[in-house]
Amino acid sequence: MFGWTGTILRVNLTKGKVSREATDVKLAHDYIGARGLGVRIISDEVDPKADALGPDNKLIFAPGPLTGTFAPSAGRFDVITKGPLNGVIAASNSGGSFGPELKYAGYDALIIEGKAAKPSYLWIKDDEVEIRDAAAIWGHTTPDTTDLVRAATDEDAKVACIGPAGEKLALLANIMNEMFRAAGRTGVGAVMGSKNLKAVAVYGNGAVRVADPEAFKAAVMKSRQMIQAHPVGGAGLKAYGTDVLVNILNQIGSLPTRNYQDGYFPTADKVGGESLAAKQLIRPKGCFSCIISCGRVTKVDNPAYQGAGEGPEYETAWSFGPDCGIDDLDAVTKANFLCNEYGIDTISLGSTIACAMELFERGVITAKDTDGVQLTFGNTAAMVEMTRKACTGEGFGAKLAQGSYRLAESYGHPEYSMTCKKQEMPAYDPRGVQGIGLNYATGNRGGCHVRGYTIAVEVLGGAGGMDPRVTEGKPGLDILFQNLTAALDSSGACLFSTFGIGGPELAEMLSAATGVEYSLEEFLKIGERIWNAERLWNLKVGFTAADDTLPERLLKDPIKTGPAKGMVNRLDEMLPGYYQERGWDESGVPTKAKLKELALV
Amino acid sequence: MAKILMIHPDKCTGCRNCELACEFVHEGQFRPAATRVQAYSWEREGISVPMLCQQCDDAACVKVCPTGAMHRSTTLANLVDWDERVCIRCKMCTVACPFGNARYDAASSSIFKCDTCQGAPECVTFCPNGALEYVDDTQQVRSRKKAYAAKFKDAFQEVS
Repeated sequence: MFGWTGTILRVNLTKGKVSREATDVKLAHDYIGARGLGVRIISDEVDPKADALGPDNKLIFAPGPLTGTFAPSAGRFDVITKGPLNGVIAASNSGGSFGPELKYAGYDALIIEGKAAKPSYLWIKDDEVEIRDAAAIWGHTTPDTTDLVRAATDEDAKVACIGPAGEKLALLANIMNEMFRAAGRTGVGAVMGSKNLKAVAVYGNGAVRVADPEAFKAAVMKSRQMIQAHPVGGAGLKAYGTDVLVNILNQIGSLPTRNYQDGYFPTADKVGGESLAAKQLIRPKGCFSCIISCGRVTKVDNPAYQGAGEGPEYETAWSFGPDCGIDDLDAVTKANFLCNEYGIDTISLGSTIACAMELFERGVITAKDTDGVQLTFGNTAAMVEMTRKACTGEGFGAKLAQGSYRLAESYGHPEYSMTCKKQEMPAYDPRGVQGIGLNYATGNRGGCHVRGYTIAVEVLGGAGGMDPRVTEGKPGLDILFQNLTAALDSSGACLFSTFGIGGPELAEMLSAATGVEYSLEEFLKIGERIWNAERLWNLKVGFTAADDTLPERLLKDPIKTGPAKGMVNRLDEMLPGYYQERGWDESGVPTKAKLKELALV
Repeated sequence: MAKILMIHPDKCTGCRNCELACEFVHEGQFRPAATRVQAYSWEREGISVPMLCQQCDDAACVKVCPTGAMHRSTTLANLVDWDERVCIRCKMCTVACPFGNARYDAASSSIFKCDTCQGAPECVTFCPNGALEYVDDTQQVRSRKKAYAAKFKDAFQEVS
């Protein structure tokens, strides 16, 4: 096969059994790969009612058909499973070099089943696959685990692993690869921990072939030029990283502040990308085949928060920064380093600490609950201390590591949890940017910006731009982005490549790589198929239209200060139109006609 | 004018586009074992370094080659070339190279070392960060030296 390797690797940890099967050509075409292929496999093989942390859940690592080629910024993979934070179908996207290495070893997907009897790691070298004892690496941080696994396997192996957070089944746990790249959100790291699987190490000597090398190269060169000519894809992200967004969002009053109690933070600039570049940036970093280089290699010299690593991204700078009422970049970056090392989600943890701060200030919890810490907004040392505790799971940290929904609910105040479908929303206030609110509410993995990044159009002026404050046209915009992103993720491309290219270029590269003709229309139709397949899964889990909503605060409490003062999100003006345009009934269930159209029945 | 392939580790982001371009131009596919250039990354330190044949004037690989397969190019200056027709695959060149920049590939029964794509290196074309440059040998370090001199200039300006 071209693009795809043609083989799927299956490892049953309960039985200690390794098997291989041919990649189904039709399935691969209809779902592309990565996220799409994983969603299809989970839908076919895992009971939606299964315990996400039980042996019946499966964990899939899947690169896409473009992964491992020189398609620009297209070296990514997805982790697909049932997410324990909220029960949704999870698809966590990550870069680094792990995805390409899996392809070179010969696999379109790695399916992990069952549960190992004792801590284990997986070593994949081409056809040789071993389940090995992980007693000596259990308990170690993700960088140390990576070093230890490489020492025991191959110094150039690519390693995806969990940190102590995943081992302890923290519902905010990530899977980390190449030390600093994260497959985050919905607690995928806890699934790996529940299987007693500490790490997966891969080294491959095989090849990824493309069907039409000349046409592929021509399509790649065109896409490269388009990305390099784009002000964001070609220059902005390399200079300032995603953290450049702090000032942009603050300027329109849509930078959520103090647990979404406000949308404007006067000193936000101190944690923005420009400050980061001036104070902490050592150099930009690129994932495999990346021409954008948004990664930040950073160092903090301040003795109180000393450390080195990668980050922060915009969402991280926001969650540990303005959302906690904090403008100390050294502390924010330190919190990020801790999360990387222990393998925990920065968006969710920062937002959960912000929630705890609000509970504290409102007197719902006291210093007795927080191990004696005065957990007030703006208390920088307390924020870092709580991050450390959540990472290690000690004291109040164990509660924080389960996310803000469980935290706030345990004290009888779920309304202070800034979540959709129990997952923390990221750094764009839906009161000032209407379309992103609809995306959070309908997101298939709960509060999330990378399912349908309408910010590109509503805030950054893409495709001619749209007014962020209006609701007209937003259902269509959301649907387009959700479908496009589902297909893009499935190809192996990075979402940021859309700062330069779009569906036509991706479809062209996919066609030349796989030898299967993808028209733009078909590419988007596949995205719609994946979105609906995810929706069907979530409905079977038990989610209903009532879950397609935002925290009441965003619908009723206007932003208090700044440029978006007085605004709320008008979800009710958008949601019915969204269902209708999706071809779903009033209860948010895909109609039979729609499912037939998408070949989902 | 003779040209030299320069590496700038300070600009390298570790993306490995150079490797992919190298694999593709030589084999029309993406096979990591086929690359003649490697961008190694040290994640903890956040440093990446591209490594490829230095085209040594006094090349150890040429000296140890018993058949003359490894030889200085007669058509292109600053190129140590490999002639697969006379090579007996004894692999002495891979042992002799102090940098590890000549390698034997069992899959294709070939010696892999940078051939500068015969004067038009694809890795340079594909590097998005200017970490690889193909420049005149007389100018190879001029820009780097001048950039460093500029730091002295700034320091002197401050104290004067």
